[in-house]
Amino acid sequence: MSAPTLLLLILGLALIGWLAARTRAAAFATRPGQRSPALPGHHATFVALCTLAPALLFVALWTTISPALVTDRVLASPAAAQLPPSGFERASILSEARSLSDHGLGAAFHPLAARLAPAYDEAQGHYDALAAGIALLLAFGSGAAAWLRVRPGLRARRHVERGVMALLLAASLIAILTTAGIFLSLVLESWRFFQLVPVGDFLTGTHWSPQVIDPADPGGTLGAVPLFWGTFFIGAVIATAVAVPLGLMSAIYLTQYAAPRTRRWVKPVIEVLAGVPTVVYGYFAALTVAPAVRQLGVAIGIESASSESALAAGLVMGMMIIPFVSSIADDSLAAVPAGMRDGSLAVGATLSETVTRVIVPAALPGVVGGILLAVSRAIGETMIVVMAASGIATLTLNPFAPATTVTKQIVDLLTGEAEFDSAKTLAAFALGLTLFLITLLLNIIALGVVKRYREAYE
Amino acid sequence: MTLPNRSKIEAKGVSVFYGDNQAIRDVSLNIDQDRVTAFIGPSGCGKSTFLRTLNRMNDTIAGARVEGEIRLDGDDIYASGMDVVELRARVGMVFQKPNPFPKSIYENVAYGARIHGLARSREALDAVVEQALTRAGLWNEVKDRLKDSGTALSGGQQQRLCIARAIAVDPEVILMDEPCSALDPIATARIEELIHELRGRYAIAIVTHNMQQAARVSQVTAFFHMGQLVEHGDTAQLFTSPREERTKDYITGRYG
Ligand SMILES: Nc1ncnc2c1ncn2[C@@H]1O[C@H](COP(=O)(O)OP(=O)(O)O)[C@@H](O)[C@H]1O
Ligand SMILES: [Mg+2]
Repeated sequence: MSAPTLLLLILGLALIGWLAARTRAAAFATRPGQRSPALPGHHATFVALCTLAPALLFVALWTTISPALVTDRVLASPAAAQLPPSGFERASILSEARSLSDHGLGAAFHPLAARLAPAYDEAQGHYDALAAGIALLLAFGSGAAAWLRVRPGLRARRHVERGVMALLLAASLIAILTTAGIFLSLVLESWRFFQLVPVGDFLTGTHWSPQVIDPADPGGTLGAVPLFWGTFFIGAVIATAVAVPLGLMSAIYLTQYAAPRTRRWVKPVIEVLAGVPTVVYGYFAALTVAPAVRQLGVAIGIESASSESALAAGLVMGMMIIPFVSSIADDSLAAVPAGMRDGSLAVGATLSETVTRVIVPAALPGVVGGILLAVSRAIGETMIVVMAASGIATLTLNPFAPATTVTKQIVDLLTGEAEFDSAKTLAAFALGLTLFLITLLLNIIALGVVKRYREAYE
Repeated sequence: MTLPNRSKIEAKGVSVFYGDNQAIRDVSLNIDQDRVTAFIGPSGCGKSTFLRTLNRMNDTIAGARVEGEIRLDGDDIYASGMDVVELRARVGMVFQKPNPFPKSIYENVAYGARIHGLARSREALDAVVEQALTRAGLWNEVKDRLKDSGTALSGGQQQRLCIARAIAVDPEVILMDEPCSALDPIATARIEELIHELRGRYAIAIVTHNMQQAARVSQVTAFFHMGQLVEHGDTAQLFTSPREERTKDYITGRYG
């Protein structure tokens, strides 16, 4: 039985339970004017939830363990005796056999895979039927038990309320658990990397060229300092130098100077910038800004100006994060009580004096929080640097020199051709983990600052 | 006690509009140099609006428009040659809700003096701050903690800090918009006392919704109703024998 059919059947049972419970509850519906602990609808929903929840939980659990069960059964079949004992080939034959069976393809690359495919068919069918049977039994059994409990005294309303809460909780847990899972896999892969390359070499080494890894000393060419420097230089120095003044000034204009009518349409327009796909910024950086920056460099006498300069990528990244800075700065400036502005104007300060001496200082924590969020956004940004930054890792202060970033290197490492467990590929996970930790820290600090500031003006 | 009633501010035929809405209709009223003028009236009648025309704080509200003539020592404050910065230094304002800046007590008071370049040296600035805080009756309470934040003071102290902030730029007039409405009775009494002390040195106009307060602190009272100045005159007389029916209804609590 296919998964959609099974789900439809379970839903069907739930519907039947809903109708049956409603009918049963309607029969003892209270006389008009008498309050009842639960309406027929609550009883019905209670039974439907009791029908759905155990079966769906079982199906969810089953999908995680069934592949292993299926494989075990296949390995026990006679055809599996001819499999090579272990290693890469065995795994690839098994996976080919599985996809042959899943997709029903005729031609096989490996003859053994073709012979194993029927075993897969058989094992899969066996467990599918078993699972469907158990799920339907569970649905029916717990639905029926719930239906039997439908009595005037049943606090169905409260049970439904708990069910709804559990559902909402599960939804938020899924988001959290997914993040935790991603983090865990990053940690595990990084762990493997750090068994090949000492942490110290990775974190303090200044030479990065993963193309030429010496097996005897892989750490020698896997020093990540130039990458983090490049990331910091492009994302935190150049981009911030662009985004902070522009974003802050536009926020000041919009909150303090602009007529309400102007503000009503300019603010959304700036916020729309945040929705521009970063790949579009990437084009713009690679095709327009980078050549212009190179020409500028040459024009002012820097012959070595690169067409993959830190400046080009940083400038465009700065454009990208302007909306983040301006939108949070806007909120913070607007949250400064109007009385403060009045107080300053009333002693004869001009609006610009008021802005620089009272309003911006009062909003500063919020503004700083916004900047930190924008920086964390910038250093995690990938598309722009993939398209416009260089692949060469250099430790330089020259904005016209090529520079690379952590994200760009991760992409290069993982799109190259290398075995999955080489130091080169694993380095991507170590880089990812470090970047993840840095942005996480930045976000925590930024959100803390913004939150404390909000409280200050409640 | 009789005082000479020299006019500091003369308003003639003043109307104020917020967009198409007229909030003040043809008000003519003088603020005397030596007598405290109280504005009373039901809320929404335009007391704050009128008060804010006197130092052009209405300029900061988009869509607000003032007609008529307001003269400070004979000079039209809405004339094109009038410098708003200079005007607001001469006509200070204290607001309904204490609004100290999130800076130190010292910096709050020094703020205006710095803006207007009133003190050349640190010592001169210290003197300005001390004098303003003393006149605002706050010096003894804060002299040992001038570096503490102004926002950490109690509500009544904050309001006196705001008065000190206004005094520090050496104004001629002080406008107060319900300065006690956010304060407890003791802090209120302290501010009322302060108004007595400041009278004579500064021309004072105070908006209040509290008639007892108007009776306690002012010598002249102006009663506003629906954007109009219904009547004004000697406080004692206005409260004991109002000329207008509407004034009588209001002060006897018939509406408000
Ligand atoms: N900023 C403003 N924009 C538009 N209308 C306003 C504004 N401030 C006050 N008003 C209107 O002007 C009238 C008088 O208000 P206000 O002067 O604040 O009265 P009061 O201080 O006597 O309570 C009210 O009808 C009020 O709604
Ligand atoms: Mg008011």
